[in-house]
Order: sequence, then C-alpha cells, then structure tokens
Amino acid sequence: MKFNPDKNGYYGQFGGSFIPELLYPNAKELEDNYMRIIESESFQKEYKALLKDYVGRPSPLYLAKRLSEKYGATIYLKREDLNHTGAHKVNNTIGQILIARELGKTQIIAETGAGQHGVATATVCALMGLECTVFMGEKDIERQAPNVARMKMLGAKVVPATSGSKTLKDATNEAIRYWIQNPKAYYLIGSVVGMHPYPDMVARLQAIISEEMKWQLKEHTGKENPDTIIACVGGGSNAAGAFYHYLEDEEVELIAVEAAGLGVDSGESAATSQLGEVGVIHGSKTILMQDEYGQIVEPYSISAGLDYPGVGPLHAHLFETKRAKFMNATDKEALTAAYELTRLEGIIPALETAHALAVLPKMDLKSDQTVIINLSGRGDKDLATFIKHLEE
Amino acid sequence: MNSIQQIFQKNDKNLLSIFFTAGFPKLDATQNIIKELGENGVDFIEVGLPYSDPLADGPTIQHSSSVALRNGMNLDVVFNQLQEIKSMNTTPLVLMGYVNQIIKYGEDAFCKKVVACGIDTVIIPDLPMVEYENHYQALFKKYGITNVFLITPQTSEERIRKIDSLTEGFIYMVASSSITGAKGEISAQQIDYFERIKAMNLRSKLIIGFGISDNETFTKACEYGNGAIIGSAFIKSLDKNGVEGIGNFVELIKG
Repeated sequence: MKFNPDKNGYYGQFGGSFIPELLYPNAKELEDNYMRIIESESFQKEYKALLKDYVGRPSPLYLAKRLSEKYGATIYLKREDLNHTGAHKVNNTIGQILIARELGKTQIIAETGAGQHGVATATVCALMGLECTVFMGEKDIERQAPNVARMKMLGAKVVPATSGSKTLKDATNEAIRYWIQNPKAYYLIGSVVGMHPYPDMVARLQAIISEEMKWQLKEHTGKENPDTIIACVGGGSNAAGAFYHYLEDEEVELIAVEAAGLGVDSGESAATSQLGEVGVIHGSKTILMQDEYGQIVEPYSISAGLDYPGVGPLHAHLFETKRAKFMNATDKEALTAAYELTRLEGIIPALETAHALAVLPKMDLKSDQTVIINLSGRGDKDLATFIKHLEE
Repeated sequence: MNSIQQIFQKNDKNLLSIFFTAGFPKLDATQNIIKELGENGVDFIEVGLPYSDPLADGPTIQHSSSVALRNGMNLDVVFNQLQEIKSMNTTPLVLMGYVNQIIKYGEDAFCKKVVACGIDTVIIPDLPMVEYENHYQALFKKYGITNVFLITPQTSEERIRKIDSLTEGFIYMVASSSITGAKGEISAQQIDYFERIKAMNLRSKLIIGFGISDNETFTKACEYGNGAIIGSAFIKSLDKNGVEGIGNFVELIKG
C-alpha cells in the first residue's frame, strides 16, 4: 500500500522517530514486534472477540434520513459513539493493551486531552488488571471533571501536567519524560501521533472502522464505496480509522475537518494544516503550529480533543499529496451542528465530532451523493458546554 | 581536529563542562556567563537553546527555558551574542538544542550561523543516529560540524560501537535512565554501567552527564569518564547567586 510508512516510519517526508536515545530501546522493541503481534491469529481472535462482546461492535452504519433530507444527499453516520466508553478511542486501547500484555508489560502510561483516551485506557487496564497512570494537563483536569472522576473510579492514577501550557501537548511531554525514567512501562498513545511505529500501529487498530463501513454500506445500498467520507482531525485517529481501507480507492473523497476555534486567522485556532509548518513534535516529523523560531504554539479549540498543535504524519502526507481534502469548522459552527444533529436525529455528538458535521452546509452536495460521517463520539462529556450555549 | 578534541589533546582527565540556558536568568547574561565560566577554568561550555517542549529535560531546565523564552531569547539573539564575543572567548562552546529549532531555522542557515560563531560541536538530544546518517551527516560534514551522540544504560553494545565509530571527540554518557536534573548519589548499579562502558575501550572520550551536581558526583564520574557535564545544578546556582556566584560554584565542584 502506498499509504503505509516505510521501514523508518515515513509517510513521504513525514513521520520517523525523533526521540532521545533513552527511548530508543522501547521504541525499537515495539517496532520489532507490533506487526508480528497484530497479524498473529491469537491476537486477531482476542481483539475481535473483545471488540464484539465488550465494546459492542460492529458499530451501526445508520442512514440519517432527516439529516439527508436537509442537505439533499444520502448521509450515513458511522456510530462510534455507541462503543463502550462512548467513542472510537477504545478500539485502539483494546488492541494496544493486548500488545502490551504480549510484551510482558505490567505498567501502562497514557496521555489524555479531553479525557476520552484516558478513560478508554483506564477501562482496558481495569479489564486486564494492569496498573494505569494517565497524564493530563492541569487545565484539562479542571475543564473535564467527569472524565477525571471516571478514570479515578476505574483505578487509574491521574497525574497533572503542570509544565508549559498545561494541556494535551504537555501531558504528552510528561508521559514521554516519565517513560524515559521508567523504561519498563508501556506507553499507550491515544492517537496516530508520536514516534514510529505508533502512527501506523494506532491506524491499524482504528482501521476496524472502515473495515466495517465497507461491508455495511454494501449491505445497505449494494454499493462498493461511498462518494465521500468525513471525519474530524485533532491528532487524527478516528479519521485514520475511517479513511484506512479507502486510501487506495482514489474515487472516494476523503475530508478531514480541523478545528478553526474562533476562526483560522483569529490567533485562536487549531487548524494545523492551515497554520502549521513542517517540524517535529512528540518524536514525529509532521505539520505543526510553531513560531518563526520553531517554538511550539499552543492551539485553541472549544473541543479539548482537537486542541493539538500537530497532526499525525499520515494526515500530513494526505494533506501534502492532496489525497484528503482539509476543511475546518469554528467553535460556533460546531455548536450549531451539534444542536442540529440532536434535533434532527436525536443523537448528541461529541464536540469533536460536531466539527465533522459542521462542514455539511459548506459543501456542494449532489442528490445522488453518498456521504459517510464518522460519528466518533457521544456528547455526554460536553454537556456543560452545550448547556452554557443553550442559555445564550 | 575540532575544538573539543584540541582540549582532549592537552588534558583528558577531570574535564569540567557546564551547561546553561541562553537567556536565563536575563536575556543579556550569555556573554558574562561564558566569560566567568572561562575565567574560572571550565574546560568547555554547553550553550542551551531554550525550547518550548524540551522532552529530555527535567523541571529545572524546563523552567530556565520558559524564563529565557519570556525574556525574548531566540536563535538570532543568541547567535548575535555569541558572534560578538567570538574573538575574546577562548573556551570551546558546544551548542545544544532540539531538532525542531534547527528544521525551522533552516538546516543550512543554522549550520552557517554555528560556524560564524566559531562553534564546531552540537548536541541535539532528539536527533537519533538513523536520522543523523540519512539527513544530517553530509550537511554537518560540509560545515565541519561534529554531532555528539548520547548513550544510556539501555544502549546495546552493538549500538555503542556504531556510535563510537561515528563520533569525533566525545560520547555524552547519560549517567542513568533519567531526564536532566536527577539528584542524589551515584548508585552501585550506575557504577556497574560505568565500568561496563569503560571496559569497552572505546576510541571516543567519555563525558558523563545527567545527575552530576556536586564535588562528590563529579569526582566519581571522573573516575570512569574523561570528565563530566553539570547543567541543572548550575542553573539553580545561577538562579540563586547570579553571575557573581559562578566562581564559587566552579570551585566547589572541582574541590
């Protein structure tokens, strides 16, 4: 596949493994083993069984009739919001926890922004009886209290990241620093970011989303492929999963939606592809938001899950080669879209997911066009934000 | 022969190297710090380029970096400062920064400036060997710049041999599995590691860093390596006693 990374973890010019020597043995161990484990029969059997009986997969592909009517196209929603723990994140944590166990690791560390990946990690650690430490920006701990409580109830230790801007990028820095000092731990990264082989490994574990979409759409419509797939992108794990099995099908339009915050040019944005330049973040060469001297800039979005100054190297490559079209949605557009889906379909989406929905009015949709939107998560965690704006 | 190798030719025992973050505690402190360190007999100096996301650094260097960036430090300012004192300074300088700073500045432009400052040695903690060989080795060679590699207690013998063959001058031997600023004594486990590396009879010199903070740890490190690097402890001293305290600090370390 031309969208697979090469042996050094590069997608075109993006990817690689820019890590301190201290992390080399850890990354190398994973690099040498992840494909063997993922492709083994025993892993596939256990992974698929857990996805079915524990997560509740396959997640439905739902024809959103009223939404379709409104936008004059055939719109399907891939219901990742119905997964256990409420988002696509668990597909990856189930897979990685099995890999960690296979490698004999007993201590798991993770980073989290909105807390969805932290909850999904704490969940699988509880399931496997493994010790779990989650790094979370001090600022995010304050604004995502329910997820912090869930992680604690699940038995995870939540460590506040107090360095830098005290959000996701700093939580990731702290997780990496902890990993340097505790090389026996397993670092369970939550998105298609970080040093090789994480971007590829996480994409493969999220690929179940598009694997199901393929047969589900055929079952619904008889069609091989949709015309368009839309997904939101922070680091980009749900988009990687939704695009994965369509990357080679060039006739399928792939749309990645970034968070524009208060507007792409407002200075308060997280639209990395529009504002970023080539650089290295968290061990990966990609597109990232930085100043003229390469200092990483803090992004802004109403959605803590899209609030990341970089983007996975696969997405940087899809952007550069124009295989995916990059669009964006502001805070306000996302809120409007969340309300619209709730009222039209009775589904409250996560704020992250609402960004994917928010591009529908900006598209020139045709009546015979089939669109799949990856509904990556549910909106319970964002109720406080929704209520605040309901009152406005 | 690079500037650090020239030092080794004169003396290769008990070498003391000091790291500081450019722009800390004050934007214009760089030149005075270098002058004081040189006058007090420090053998070579590492100038840290402050970075927003220093992955390999502990709280002390992180803090100094944040302060330096707030003070307005950037690559152009530090290059100007270093060029200004080039003719007066006789202590070799090593530049230490993260790879993203170099990519953004432009690899070629960065190398030109480094050379213009009279510097021929750099340490880039997040530039691994494979990336160096594929993307930087030829460029650095063109400008006569030496890259310093790090080894750690987890680095395999095979990899250490390879690093040794790529090294011109010294290998930066990270004393323990830690970020910078680790404190305490040197453990028996670390001594085993130091002895293991010493027994490899590498062609490169060994300079030990991370967790070296006082006379005791410095002396111990020098039993196994050709010298040691002190960073976080020096930054703490700078923070407390300022540039005036440098002489005293160096004296205490050397004993």
